[in-house]
This record gives sequence, structure tokens and C-alpha cells, in this order.
Amino acid sequence: MSTTRRAFLTAAVSAAGAAVTPGHGQTHEHSHDHGHDHQTVPSDPALRVKALESLLVEKGLVDRAALDVLIDTYEHKVGPRNGAKVVARAWADSAFRQRLLTNSDAAIAELGYGGLQGEHMVVLENTSKIHNLVVCTLCSCYPWPVLGLPPVWYKSAPYRSRSVIDPRGVLREFGLELPESVEVRVWDSTAEVRYLVLPERPVGTETMKEEELAELVTRNAMIGVAKVAAPKESGAA
Amino acid sequence: MNGVHDMGGMHGMGPIEVEKNEPVFHENWEGRSYAVTRAMSAWGKWNLDASRFQREQIAPVDYFQKSYYERWIIGLVELMLKTGLVTRTELDSGRPDAGTVKQSPPFTPEKVPILVSKGMPASRNVPVVANFHTGQLVRARNLNPVGHTRLPRYARGKTGRIDRDHGVFLFPDTNAVFLGEKPQHVYSVRFAARELWGDGTAPQDSVYLDLWDDYLEPA
Repeated sequence: MSTTRRAFLTAAVSAAGAAVTPGHGQTHEHSHDHGHDHQTVPSDPALRVKALESLLVEKGLVDRAALDVLIDTYEHKVGPRNGAKVVARAWADSAFRQRLLTNSDAAIAELGYGGLQGEHMVVLENTSKIHNLVVCTLCSCYPWPVLGLPPVWYKSAPYRSRSVIDPRGVLREFGLELPESVEVRVWDSTAEVRYLVLPERPVGTETMKEEELAELVTRNAMIGVAKVAAPKESGAA
Repeated sequence: MNGVHDMGGMHGMGPIEVEKNEPVFHENWEGRSYAVTRAMSAWGKWNLDASRFQREQIAPVDYFQKSYYERWIIGLVELMLKTGLVTRTELDSGRPDAGTVKQSPPFTPEKVPILVSKGMPASRNVPVVANFHTGQLVRARNLNPVGHTRLPRYARGKTGRIDRDHGVFLFPDTNAVFLGEKPQHVYSVRFAARELWGDGTAPQDSVYLDLWDDYLEPA
């Protein structure tokens, strides 16, 4: 955590005179002018979650093996490499690209992807004239089947608050300066539709195969906060 | 509810901090929190909208102070208490209450790939008349419900144009509080950046929101 964010949080905490913190196992209804930081009972979320999981297992509410499989799924199987393959296919196959833009769910399913938090997909095509950017200002909605679980910055207050009011400033922070003439479209994921950006294919990739193209595609480009960079000169042609 | 979760357009939140090579879960407990939350939802005592609404009700100071998965756990604990899946004494002691019959978990390892690949579609295959059509000018209603809503404050009262009709979906405002699914059309509505934020923004820029029939009126 950076100093800036820490300072902000400290300010936010001290600015709040009285608050009720749910989930401590007891209710706090006293004034919070005495400055404790609400991390006391218990101090460590790791301990708290461990205790909770043990209780739920003991009550027969949760199967530990199912938790392991689910975690492994999102740590190792479902992630942005899926989306990169979709993008690469679209770059390599113009018929697929058309299907992807007109019936995104069916086209993505051709590669075997779909499901939880990606039940209703819409793919947005970035061009030299239109730049699409995806956010969820209300929580953290994100297309899991193609991008996996969202990074912390996507779920953070700075990104959620600013991307709709100052998308060009946000993009600049990511190192992307768009010409004034480009049209910026921000997509706030307020419903159960999930958005994937189809980035522009970089120049110099004309002879590359689909698998090589997929290697170039980044998660950030598929959210719309970056472009896909042209391949580095390797001399290996 | 007009909570701090509804942060589109707010200022003062600081720079965006991007972590290079960020892991999916930073610590073991984050993954466990994620997985326990999903596993407990399999009991069918609440739904996705209720989970979101529960997290929105976290006190503002905690909403900002707690990390993402801490908020998930806070929300989960509240939902479990409300629905009787756990008791306060069990949370305090860490042990099941005396005389509690051990249950059989509904979310088993073989259910994981099914959930992940099939998902839980919020669309509903029922005939519902669309109140609006593509290309139509609409205004987002000036609604300020104390309950759950997916109509952000920054769009209320603003005029936009229907870009596409996504079809029929359950309605989160009622679904979150178990008052029924109230299926209705959801539209992608294009709002000009200038309509939302004033003249300082680029004239061609826009923000698209997915909005339900009940959020809209003719403009």
C-alpha cells in the first residue's frame, strides 16, 4: 500500500465520526473519537477467515475440497489467456471476428469459454477512431470466463470513480495518450452484461500465427486501458 | 441506496495503483474468502443481488478501510446470520452450537466445473413487452431508493439514447430483497459525456450504461 492510499484511508477513517462495523461478532455503537482502527477483533483477516471456514466445515455447510477446486480454477485455468486467444482468433479470422462482434456469447463458446460472470457477453471493437473502456462503478463486475478475476486496481475507488468522468485522464495514467479526435466510449457494467474489448491489431504482425498473436494480447488491452504493443524487434523473423 | 459504493464521478480517491504481475489472490485467505462465499451461496438462501446489497450496507468508513475480500467476508457473515445458517454464538466460539445437526454441503467438488462453465444467467426467457426501442431518446428517472439499485447517481435525470436492447433480465431492485424477479428489458443507453459532466468534456465522448425498463422514462 502506498503512502498516498494509506494517507487517504487514514483521512477517511478519522473523518468518520461514528460508524457501526458489522461482522465483529459484537456490535460497536459507541462513538469512534478514540481512534482505534477496527482491526482489533480479530486483528488478522487470515485468522478470521480460517476460523470461519473451520466452523462452516464443522457444521457441514462447506466442503473444503470444493473450495480447493474453485480456487485452483481461477488461479490456474480461467484467466486472461482465454481472452487473449479470443482476440487472436478474431485478428486471424475475419469471419470469426464478425461473429464475435455480432453474437459474442456463441463466438466465445466456439473456443470453449463461457459461464460464470460471462453469461451475457458483448465484445467492443477498438479502432483508430473509437476507443472503448470498461468499468464497474458500483462494484467489480468483470468478464470472468475470458479475463479471470479482476485485478485490485479495477476494483479500487480511484478507477471506479474516475473512469466515467475522466476516461482520458485515466488512460493517460496508464500511459495511453489518445488523440483528441478519437471517440472514447466508457462502458459501465451496471447489469449482468459483461464487456470484453477487442483491441486493435498492432502493425507489424501481418505474418504472425494465431498462437503468436495471443502472446501479444494483455489483460489491460482487453479492459481498454492499454493498446496492444507491436512485437519487439527480435531479428528472429 | 445512495451509498459510497456508487462512486462514478467522485473526486479525491487518489491515483490508480497498478501492481505488476499481480497474483489472482495475494494471500491464501483471499482465495478462501472468495471460495467460501461462492460455496455458501449454493444453499440458495440469497442471490447475487442480495450479496451486493449486503456489501453496500457496510459502513462507509469500513467500505474504504477494508480490502475487497474483507468486505466479502463481512457481507457473507451478515447474510449467514440473517438466514440462520450460523449464529452469533457460533461465530464467537468458533464451534457449532450444542445440538446442531451436521449438514451435507450442497457445493461439492464435482459441482465446481458445472457452476464455472454454466454460470447463473440473469436473463429470463419470458415474454415481456419492451417499453423502449433502439434509437429512442430516454431519461433515466430521478430515483433515490433506500434499497438496492443499479442505477448510478451520476446518470439520474440525464437524457440518453437506447443503443441496443439486451433482452429480458431479472430486476435487481426487487430481487435483492426477495420481492420477486420482476423480469424486464435491459438496454444499453448511450449518454453523451457532456450530458453527464458538462462542457469540459470532449463532445464525441460518451458513457454507456445498462439500464432496466423501470429506470427509464421517455425523454
